[in-house]
Amino acid sequence: MIVQRQRPPRKNPLQRTAAPLQPPARRSRAAQGLTRAAAQGQFALHTCQACQAVSYPPRDACPKCLSENLIVAPVPNGGTILSVTTIQISGEPYFRRLVPARQALIALDCGPTIVAEVRPDCAAGIRVRASLQLDKAGQPVIYARPEHGDANSDSDPHWRELVADPLHRRCLITDGRNPVALPLAKALLAAGAAKVVVGISERWKPFAEAAKLEALGSVELVDLDLADDQSVSALASDYGAKTDILLHTALHLRPGSVFSGAELLKARDAMEVSYFGALRLAHHFGPVMRSRGADRDNSAAAWVNLLSIFAHLSWPGFAAYSATQAASLSFSQALRAEMRGSGVRVLDVFTGPMEIDWLEHLPPPKVQPSAVANEIVAALKGGEEERWVGDVAKDFRERFTANPKEIERDLWQQ
Amino acid sequence: MTMNEPTSPIALMTAALASGKVRVVDLTQTLEPGGPTIVMPPELGQSWPVRIEPISRYDDSGPAWYWNNISFGEHTGTHLDAPIHWITGRYLPHNSVDTMPTSLMVAPACVIDCSAESATDADFLVTVDFVEKWEAQHGRIPPGSWVLLRTDWSLKRGAAYANLDDTGAHTPGPDAELMRWLVEERDVLGVGTETIGTDAGQGGHLDPPYPAHHYLHGAGKYGLQCLAKLDALPAKGALIIAAPLKIREGSGSPLRVIALVED
Repeated sequence: MIVQRQRPPRKNPLQRTAAPLQPPARRSRAAQGLTRAAAQGQFALHTCQACQAVSYPPRDACPKCLSENLIVAPVPNGGTILSVTTIQISGEPYFRRLVPARQALIALDCGPTIVAEVRPDCAAGIRVRASLQLDKAGQPVIYARPEHGDANSDSDPHWRELVADPLHRRCLITDGRNPVALPLAKALLAAGAAKVVVGISERWKPFAEAAKLEALGSVELVDLDLADDQSVSALASDYGAKTDILLHTALHLRPGSVFSGAELLKARDAMEVSYFGALRLAHHFGPVMRSRGADRDNSAAAWVNLLSIFAHLSWPGFAAYSATQAASLSFSQALRAEMRGSGVRVLDVFTGPMEIDWLEHLPPPKVQPSAVANEIVAALKGGEEERWVGDVAKDFRERFTANPKEIERDLWQQ
Repeated sequence: MTMNEPTSPIALMTAALASGKVRVVDLTQTLEPGGPTIVMPPELGQSWPVRIEPISRYDDSGPAWYWNNISFGEHTGTHLDAPIHWITGRYLPHNSVDTMPTSLMVAPACVIDCSAESATDADFLVTVDFVEKWEAQHGRIPPGSWVLLRTDWSLKRGAAYANLDDTGAHTPGPDAELMRWLVEERDVLGVGTETIGTDAGQGGHLDPPYPAHHYLHGAGKYGLQCLAKLDALPAKGALIIAAPLKIREGSGSPLRVIALVED
């Protein structure tokens, strides 16, 4: 039976807020090969194209045949623990807060014997599952937990350092009018979020979902107009230091052509809420979230940007929308760089066309807002930095990575 | 009369203002973000609401000074509609705010109180019959006057002010025949309201649709909307000063509307 961690006690206002510290962040270029897999929640290691040997830690040449032809490829994540070491004292300021730490020698089924951080209930001889995670420095590390037993590692403070679990956290959804907002609030609360604050723009306009959101309990509807600096500033004054997970869900999707005179206005309106809205949020919420990255168990943990796959490639017929998504992706990269060292994870969630009224002319497959919501929560719980939701998005990722011109031409045919 | 007593109209007015015999009443809503604006279906072009973005506020962007960039649609907050705003007024001379004769920017007002009716019926339509009863009490509406419909709607805020539901806005306004009559039979300067438009919230379902816009602007007349404090004005006798920004070919403009009221 899973015993859920109790809600942390309220903060002692007489104590200094712990400043964020980082684990050692130096990695070789070869080691960065694991970062993408860790960011996307995959288990992949360097695999020799010549002899198929899997190696870890990352090297520039295969330790078996010395070939330099190594790729990072998905591998089975099972293994057997050979021995476990408990570290009681560390010289690293970051780890001094976290000792004791347990590290194990693990014989992976895919070949290499590795040293990895393990859950406290791991012991020599037991079977484990390894996962690639991003640590507080944003660098890839391996964590292992027992193959059988509790699938939830939340009881381990070392695991909690690697993820942005909504459990007991206070979340802010910035655009409550996005159809994702209601299922997202539900999913966050189901994951144990302490509170979900939902921003609603122009509350003088009727909003049918308001009653449904309020009926969830632990949901607070607040005025938030992402296009209005004063509105964002006012909300940050109240909730800035109480936002642990910020979910930027701005949606302003209008069809349009670059040849249309109306496009300029549409692009501005869309940029106001998506990209400029993100900048306003960063200005008013960013600094305090960054400073609260190590604020005990309900620290600031994550900033989620809900993006379209068309951030990568303009969608014919949706020029302004695609541009806002591209700008928002650039924002997200800038934010991640600025948040480095704070412990606040910046998560990009890419979706294909969603099942919303603006896109009713599109045939399936379209991704359901509830699926997006559930995958956002799963990505937070897994500590990911990038999640592609739905078959369309996953197909896009593969084809765009392989040959962007192929998928560009294919979009012309649709 | 002594040598020192003023005799010129302006000197008399100056003295009256100084003595408080003539008061200045502000009929303007504060231009601020978050205020309701006209709503169009989202696939159509949208008017910008009020935005105020700080340039600097005694900070690292400007240590000793505070200023903002502001943006808004021409039809935001307390604003004036010029004839060019509506298709019926598109070919008229001097139909935009920059060419509006300045002599029309100071004009008398007739204030028709329909606040009681509006309080019980959000879709209340003011009729010719209603205004004729007002005339029976206060005299005929003089040509060149503003006709201001007092509904006390400006006391409402936010959602109650916009009063939107699934069938659109529900706010009081003039009916179609009244608009034709005010323009053709009374030659008014224009019509002013406390609501978001000169037309009723459901005015799009009248014949012709949006009769206030249709008749006023087709005849080179003006609209004032989102006015406030009409309850502070007498039925007759107030002098309205309403000078829009001189926007080139502007279809309208937010403006400060003030009334001179004699005590």
